[in-house]
Amino acid sequence: MTDLTTTYLGLNLKNPIVASASPLSKKLDSAQKLDEAGVGAIVMYSLFEEQIIHESLELDHFLTRGTDSFAEAMSYLPESSSYATGPGKYLDHITAIKKTVSVPVIGSLNGVSKGGWTSYARHIQDAGADALELNLYYVASDPNLTSNELENAYVELVADVKSNISIPLAVKLSPFFSSIPNVCQKLVEAGADGLVLFNRFYQPDFDLDDLDVIHTLHLSTSAELNLPLRWISILYGKIKADLALTSGVHTAQDVIKSMMAGAQVTMLASELLTNGPRRIPDILSVVESWMQERDYASIKQMQGSMSQNAVREPAAFERANYMKVLSSWKEQL
Amino acid sequence: MAKRKMITIDGNEAAASIAHRASEVIAIYPITPSSGMGELSDEWSAKGKKNIWGTVPLVAELQSEGGAAGSVHGALQTGALTTTFTASQGLLLMIPNMYKIAGELTSTVFHIAARAIAAQSLSIFGDHQDVMACRQTGWAMLSSGSVQEAHDIALIAHATTLRTRIPFLHFFDGFRTSHEVAKIEYLEDDDLRAMIDDDLVREHRARALTPDKPVLRGTAMNPDVYFQGRESVNQYYEAVPGAVQAEMDKFAKLTGRQYKLFDYVGHPAAERVIVLMGSGGETVEATVKHLVEQGEKVGAIRIRLYRPFSIEYFIKALPASVKTLAVLDRTKEPGSAGEPLYLDIVNAVSESEMAIKVFGGRYGLSSKEFTPAMVKTIFDEAAKPQPKKHFTIGIKDDVSNTSLEYDPTFSVEYPETVRCLFFGLGADGTVGANKNSIKIIGEETENNAQGYFVYDSKKSGSLTISHLRFGPKPLQAPYLISPNTANFVACHQFSFLERFDVLKYAQNGATFLINSTFGPDQVWDELPVEVQQVIIEKKLKFYNINAYEVAEKTGMGTRINTIMQTCFFAISGVLPREQAIAEIKHAIEKTYGKRGEAVVRKNFEAVDQTLAHLSEVKVPASASSTVKMRSAVPDAAPDFVKSVLGPMIVFEGDNIPVSAMPIDGTFPTGTTQWEKRNISLEIPVWDPNLCIQCGKCVFVCPHAVIRHKVYDKAALAEAPETFKSMESKFKEFPGMAYSIQVAPEDCTGCTLCVEACPAKDKTQVGRKAINMAAQPPLRETEAANWDFFLNLPEVDRTAINPNTIKNSQLLQPLFEFSGACTGCGETPYVKLVSQLFGDRAVIANATGCSSIYGGNLPTTPWAKNKEGRGPAWSNSLFEDNAEFGLGMRLTIDKQTEYARELLPHFTPELGQELIDGLLNADQSNELGIKQQRERVAAVKEKLSGLKNDSKAKDLISLADMLVKKSVWIMGGDGWAYDIGYGGLDHVMASGRNVNILVLDTEVYSNTGGQASKSTPRGAVAKFAMAGKGIAKKDLGLIAMSYGYVYVARVAMGASDQQTLKAILEAEAFNGPSIVIAYSHCIAHGIDMAKGLDQQKLAVQSGHWPLFRYNPEMALNGQNPLQIDSKEPSIPLEQYIYNETRYRMLTQSDEERAEMLLKSAQADVKNRWQYYQQMAAMNFAKVSDKPES
Repeated sequence: MTDLTTTYLGLNLKNPIVASASPLSKKLDSAQKLDEAGVGAIVMYSLFEEQIIHESLELDHFLTRGTDSFAEAMSYLPESSSYATGPGKYLDHITAIKKTVSVPVIGSLNGVSKGGWTSYARHIQDAGADALELNLYYVASDPNLTSNELENAYVELVADVKSNISIPLAVKLSPFFSSIPNVCQKLVEAGADGLVLFNRFYQPDFDLDDLDVIHTLHLSTSAELNLPLRWISILYGKIKADLALTSGVHTAQDVIKSMMAGAQVTMLASELLTNGPRRIPDILSVVESWMQERDYASIKQMQGSMSQNAVREPAAFERANYMKVLSSWKEQL
Repeated sequence: MAKRKMITIDGNEAAASIAHRASEVIAIYPITPSSGMGELSDEWSAKGKKNIWGTVPLVAELQSEGGAAGSVHGALQTGALTTTFTASQGLLLMIPNMYKIAGELTSTVFHIAARAIAAQSLSIFGDHQDVMACRQTGWAMLSSGSVQEAHDIALIAHATTLRTRIPFLHFFDGFRTSHEVAKIEYLEDDDLRAMIDDDLVREHRARALTPDKPVLRGTAMNPDVYFQGRESVNQYYEAVPGAVQAEMDKFAKLTGRQYKLFDYVGHPAAERVIVLMGSGGETVEATVKHLVEQGEKVGAIRIRLYRPFSIEYFIKALPASVKTLAVLDRTKEPGSAGEPLYLDIVNAVSESEMAIKVFGGRYGLSSKEFTPAMVKTIFDEAAKPQPKKHFTIGIKDDVSNTSLEYDPTFSVEYPETVRCLFFGLGADGTVGANKNSIKIIGEETENNAQGYFVYDSKKSGSLTISHLRFGPKPLQAPYLISPNTANFVACHQFSFLERFDVLKYAQNGATFLINSTFGPDQVWDELPVEVQQVIIEKKLKFYNINAYEVAEKTGMGTRINTIMQTCFFAISGVLPREQAIAEIKHAIEKTYGKRGEAVVRKNFEAVDQTLAHLSEVKVPASASSTVKMRSAVPDAAPDFVKSVLGPMIVFEGDNIPVSAMPIDGTFPTGTTQWEKRNISLEIPVWDPNLCIQCGKCVFVCPHAVIRHKVYDKAALAEAPETFKSMESKFKEFPGMAYSIQVAPEDCTGCTLCVEACPAKDKTQVGRKAINMAAQPPLRETEAANWDFFLNLPEVDRTAINPNTIKNSQLLQPLFEFSGACTGCGETPYVKLVSQLFGDRAVIANATGCSSIYGGNLPTTPWAKNKEGRGPAWSNSLFEDNAEFGLGMRLTIDKQTEYARELLPHFTPELGQELIDGLLNADQSNELGIKQQRERVAAVKEKLSGLKNDSKAKDLISLADMLVKKSVWIMGGDGWAYDIGYGGLDHVMASGRNVNILVLDTEVYSNTGGQASKSTPRGAVAKFAMAGKGIAKKDLGLIAMSYGYVYVARVAMGASDQQTLKAILEAEAFNGPSIVIAYSHCIAHGIDMAKGLDQQKLAVQSGHWPLFRYNPEMALNGQNPLQIDSKEPSIPLEQYIYNETRYRMLTQSDEERAEMLLKSAQADVKNRWQYYQQMAAMNFAKVSDKPES
């Protein structure tokens, strides 16, 4: 019997496939389908800092605007007795999902600034989340903001969030740092129990007809796997935190590669959004067959087996690898 | 008696609180000022609030007040405890059912916020004209005069109706009581249970129609028995006064508040007594107390039960010493021997054979002020040997000389009473904060407290005045704070100081607080010199705060309410500072807590940062400012505007004498041009280097403040230095100059023009050919440019075809600078009609937003061109607008026919050629119309000599009818889909050539966002708090079913060209046409600057498919239905969840929101398929083609 179990953030998972933050966790029934399909854990869709603050401000703005200004219309919209703006609704949903599914549920907070909103980390914990994923992403557009300042802000934020909770904390970050290992190390020292590599976001695009900036979401492909694969491989063994690989995981092969690079878990969103939760048993089945064919007894056995430290040519993950790819490309021309 | 719970609420809530708890069924329809009662009832039921029997009352919205009364009647007949709320025309619509309900001896209470009746004009304000029109219906009528009484007497009415079987009309003064916020003693459920006899409830139920004990009610009687039947109920009416008094006595035992049918107050040996009802009774009572203390033998009778009128109780209430009665009617009955209450009292005195002199007069129509000074004058008049009969008080009647003069400085207010006035912008939240302040003072101190709020009639940039009183003594003061009496005056908008005499209200030594962008050292010099002088003369304590700065820092935007409220408490010392701040924060939590922590936090921050920015200003010994107050209107304005409209603009309209008023409600058009409101801090600025002259900015402007013209380059010689122009790109006007110009003082800053502008700078796409810039530095130069632009000649209408956006926008708008909301989605359509057909249009306008921004004084936006032509506009009612417009058409058709019949009589004078030209004129375009006008002018000229020929005179008076007229029937969806639908349907079916424009905001916008049948599934609205569960009515589809009606659905944000085409086709169609126009609205809860984008999304999602249905196509064997939008390309949620009206349901009931979204998405699909099938029908094969 092949052992597919793994651990992540101190949680025992029955397999390394984790549904990453996506609309699939917005509905109880779709979360339940993930559970029934055999997912190892579920990361909740993100509660955004903007959502916590701006959703209620926006509601307030539109409910207030125009009121008490005109004798015939003291207001323009009725006032409900309560509104599930931002956090409340989200927290209720975590509790409901926890009651519905059998696997661990990881809450997700998304933001960058320090402030009162980080107290929601505790609320997420209190709502029943088994762990928390803090998603950091800030587009630094100010030329006066140094990388050091930004990284320090991240570190402070992680420490702040960590101080609010007792459940494990994973930090999801972007690949856009000069020294990813150094940043990772500082985040772990600030309290991160795990690192999720890497997040992907809406990127601006241009509409050439209207000359407008538009936002489009492209789902990932397996081609995107290589970036996190490299960094998981490099970080494995060097950073004292669990590593999760996300972005570009679509197939059983992607999962196996992730494990071999050193990830404790792989996170899927695009694949599940496109083909549904039924892909989970398919992928697991292929992983299992592949392992059986090659006499792998357990996932744990292969984790990190192709990390930078474990391969014969560690330099393959560094600049030499870059040169090699270029020369191989030339050969194809 | 145990201390009772005190609450601070308004009169509407006071009455509705009883009605809701004492009813099973509530049928409602919105009408100002009673809408609040229906809204609260709906809200309470939606939140599960139960009545005293433990069940949630069922609240149902009807299509009109007539409908509400019908449903009330039905619910009563089947045994439910039923109520409704209404006012004014709404009550008049209920009268037919009221006769039935009374005739059938049915227990019910209608609660009325009594309001003026539309006569020479509409008025939303309070008087007794509506309830007095019901005095003959057989209903008992109980009057309340204060917020407490509205609460108490509502309960007495509910209790007594069950005991007597007579229906009750419980009324109180609209606005003055319905909207006054006051601290009152709350009646608990147990009080209601103690008053309402459950056995009587069961008896009411036992009389219900039921198939288990069938009876028949509502027969038709013949001459043999009808009369007897009518007389069969007399004993029930005779029993009412005793029953009401018994309930009042019972109530007194419960609460300690004793009411009588005729409450007498005053000297026990009074010789002069005023008789009246309503809130004026409070004023009279307070004045009587004051005068009695001065030794005067005066008194007052405050009537509670007006019908049935008990002479017995009335006489009993009068002191035997009375020599003169002054009867005050808050109504007007032209042509009568006297107003109704007066006649009742004359009759009572006559029947009781008492030797009392009675005289009467009118007061307080349309919430006209009624003050102790006026009461004093009436008592003085009563002391005269021959008091003036049928007098008026509160106005200057220099025509009939009915008015009594009074000394406005007379006051009876207690010296302990504190009076505070706040001048705010509607958008800054001043009124809301003051409502909170009143609650804080009322509930956290032993003080009595009262708040009343005055609004101007604009929907954008409106001014509000809050009148707050508080103090340890009772506040019997249902009138505004008078000049020279305010202890505290706050002006929340610095620019008001230039326009209004804010400080005339301040008493000597009062405190004055200004919000300015200036520092404490600078603000003095920025004040107008007149203001400086008053501050010095009255020795005012002067405080300054830059509330905008605090608001900006704390994320409050333009809402300075919390900041100014904190200043008020800090300066006034009503409460210790610390306690005041704690209470403000408590109120913030209570008000905003449910909207989220961030909202509470930003308000807290605003409170915390306020005091550091508040400072007292040292007042110099003399005034030195070079700034002067502005006159209400420019010197160039016509005399009528200066003498009549000008005072109204600056809140001095009360001083306008009767002689200055038009006698029949007729006003000149084009008067908004004189009211320069300067309400926007930013205005659009044109960049000719980028402009492509498409005219889209002009097309979408809701206020007609951005215009373009093509003109002779030679005119530029006289242009101001900063006037911009470029070479014309119009193919019709080569070699000419072209300009876009903005009216800087009329722009509301909505930015729709910028949003609509398609021309982007190639090197910097964020910059367009129209960009917003700060107004103050541009104001003077652009105002000069605007004047120059206006004087450039208008385009020759015959020189262009208006079928393109750019050409259509060369036509002069004859609807300009309305008071509509900033970014209004309706007015661009209205303006377009005025441009295309305004110089020959007659407009029937349903009551609603469009009648208010179109016809509310002081100034009105319908305008005329240089030839003196323009739309002639009128508003009849809400419910009859289609019929009203049809009547206009009938006149035009008949008189045109008569004029045509007359022409041949004058062949010798006119010549056959001219007559043929007139009779056979092609008026399908501007040239044809121009030529016909010339022919008509020739007719008038040629016949002018026939002074003794009556037919010639007739033809001259009717000749203008020979020029094609365009009848437009306009209104919102509340009218078209609901209250006016029956008439609309009939008018469409009439086949007559009328054009109907439905400004569809999918909600009753004017009365504050109640659901109509146009409200879409899933949208939250008042009366549909849980999100409307059923689909929107498809008015277009219904109209198409006639087959001979031109129908179009348009949304200019999605396709301006289709909108233009549809409106041109509708007008050209020689039959009924209806254009249903998507109008984004403040009630949608959207960023109004994105209104056009929302229109586009509405179309793309399939919510609002564009189409035109032209019956003429069918005549040619073509399908008349042309769908002008593409198949839905985005999910519905992408459109609807940009709008708070939909999104708030996801926040209050996500599951229901999802369910309704799914259904609404299915609606979209089904409707699209249905339309597709209709549009695919092959009309070539239809053998029986419709005839033209």
